[in-house]
Amino acid sequence: MSAQTVAAVPPRLTPRQQLWRRAWRHKGLVFGATVLAVIVLLAVFAPLVAPHDPYRQNLLARMVPPVFLGGTWDHPLGTDALGRDYLSRLLYGARISLMIGFVTAMISAVIGSVLGILGGYFGGKVDAVVTFLISVRLAMPVVLVALAVVALLGGSLIVMMTVLGLLLWDRFAVVLRTATRQVRSMEYVAAAEVLGASLPRILFKDILPNVMSQLIVIATLEMAHAILLEASLSFLGLGVRPPTPSWGLMISEGKEMLLFQPWLIAIPGVALFLVVISINMFGDGVRDITAPEGRN
Amino acid sequence: MLKFVFGKLLLAACVALTVSAVSFGLLHLAGDPAIALAGESASEADIEAIRVNFGYDRPLLVQYGDWLSRAATGDFGISRFFNKPVSELVWDRLPITMMLGVFAIIFALVLAIPMGVLAATRPNSWFDRIALFISVVGQAIPSFWFGLILIVIFSINLGWLPASGASSWKNFVLPTVVLGYFATPALMRLTRTGMLDVLASDYVRTARAKGLPTRKVLFKHALRNAMIPVVSLAAVQMGFMLSGSIIVESVFALPGAGQLAWVSISRNDLPMIQALILIFSMFYIVFTFAADVLNAWLDPRLRVS
Repeated sequence: MSAQTVAAVPPRLTPRQQLWRRAWRHKGLVFGATVLAVIVLLAVFAPLVAPHDPYRQNLLARMVPPVFLGGTWDHPLGTDALGRDYLSRLLYGARISLMIGFVTAMISAVIGSVLGILGGYFGGKVDAVVTFLISVRLAMPVVLVALAVVALLGGSLIVMMTVLGLLLWDRFAVVLRTATRQVRSMEYVAAAEVLGASLPRILFKDILPNVMSQLIVIATLEMAHAILLEASLSFLGLGVRPPTPSWGLMISEGKEMLLFQPWLIAIPGVALFLVVISINMFGDGVRDITAPEGRN
Repeated sequence: MLKFVFGKLLLAACVALTVSAVSFGLLHLAGDPAIALAGESASEADIEAIRVNFGYDRPLLVQYGDWLSRAATGDFGISRFFNKPVSELVWDRLPITMMLGVFAIIFALVLAIPMGVLAATRPNSWFDRIALFISVVGQAIPSFWFGLILIVIFSINLGWLPASGASSWKNFVLPTVVLGYFATPALMRLTRTGMLDVLASDYVRTARAKGLPTRKVLFKHALRNAMIPVVSLAAVQMGFMLSGSIIVESVFALPGAGQLAWVSISRNDLPMIQALILIFSMFYIVFTFAADVLNAWLDPRLRVS
């Protein structure tokens, strides 16, 4: 009798196990994470996966169509106007996109979280300064400023990542400021203050872990944002310089052949879309499973 | 109310001043304008002559003060590339960009509001899910690529609409769609959540209990209140759109201020770039200021805090 009632109670799961269970049940999250993982693996192992050298030109095999448009398996996605293998350029381009997205998101996450957490924790004058900085940043036309500064400094990868990182921190600051304010009103923060915990201890041990999920969600969104911006800048001819295989640059080069070879812009565009949508779905999923209202 | 407006105005002015200082500083620190102007084959003496001639040898703060006091009177200097006054060129091109921005925001609102309302009246229905799906997909499509695909379909294959230029209203159709669809998902989601909140409120229940037809409840009672945040987001989006016009205008070769910005950046035309950054950020500041005031007027609670 008593053994039966014990068996009827579901096994108690640790919060971490509950989180994993919610994650596996979230279709969007699983889909986004899977696609993203495949793309990351392909990018990391690009030198092993790519059938050709992405920089090697072959003027005898220019604009070969992809397999599904009557090409051969030698160039599964065809070749561009200089006879470079399109699949290889696409794979190496994934490295550029992911790296720019990741590093930019890291730089802006650091700037935005420091500002947001300080503003949210201290309030008053500090908060007023942070809010003012956010308004200034929002009023600056990102595309225009990024284009101008990158054009003046020269479009190397490091310049791109730094400039975008210095411009995209606004959402981190806005969200973390509100989140920190909420956490700050919790009793455990008051308890830590009463116990005489040092400021860094409170900020790193009490505040930061509790705003981490929001930080991760914004980081994914900004990573996607940075990838799209890099592609736009390179498309406008003022970002990454040729012959680097950036997807935006590939679309820009393919634009000249829009009339007869529309697949030259379709393929990198689809790649860009897949990366961005998988990152966004991953981020949305993380938000759903960590937000209190997403739990049942 | 007057105090609120005055406070916001003061803040907006401070933001505008800081933006102008930051962008001025950034552009001058990013590269020596004299070297950029002189070109690659210039000698050291040429560069020095240009530096003195254009006043780039003065301290940065003096240059900024000089530029700002002229800009305040509408004088942005002479464009280095076009060799004409900057303000004249900008006023020439700005109407096209503003027209595009207005069309695009109207397009976005016409699409987003009905979809948001419909999704809110039937939460979790297939329509709601499709609307959510469209917004997720829409946000992941790069706008310049979307523009090129539309050109392939509607200009090259179907031949319905021109791919470039600004000679008739037809030239504005594709750019409007590209610029407008980008603002649609956010506006739609906000309409949906706003409507869901309002529909659950007591006064809507009262209106229903009185026996008012659903259409009247939705549009006369609920939508009016749900629209308040949407209006302010639309104003902010409008500010973003104007600076997003740089990409759309260069895809469709639309000769507006965005395309002017692209040309000036490619040609290192510093006075022009500075003027355009200031003007675009002023647009954003004015729009958000208008949205704040409008919101405070519609919702008196906001005036207090």
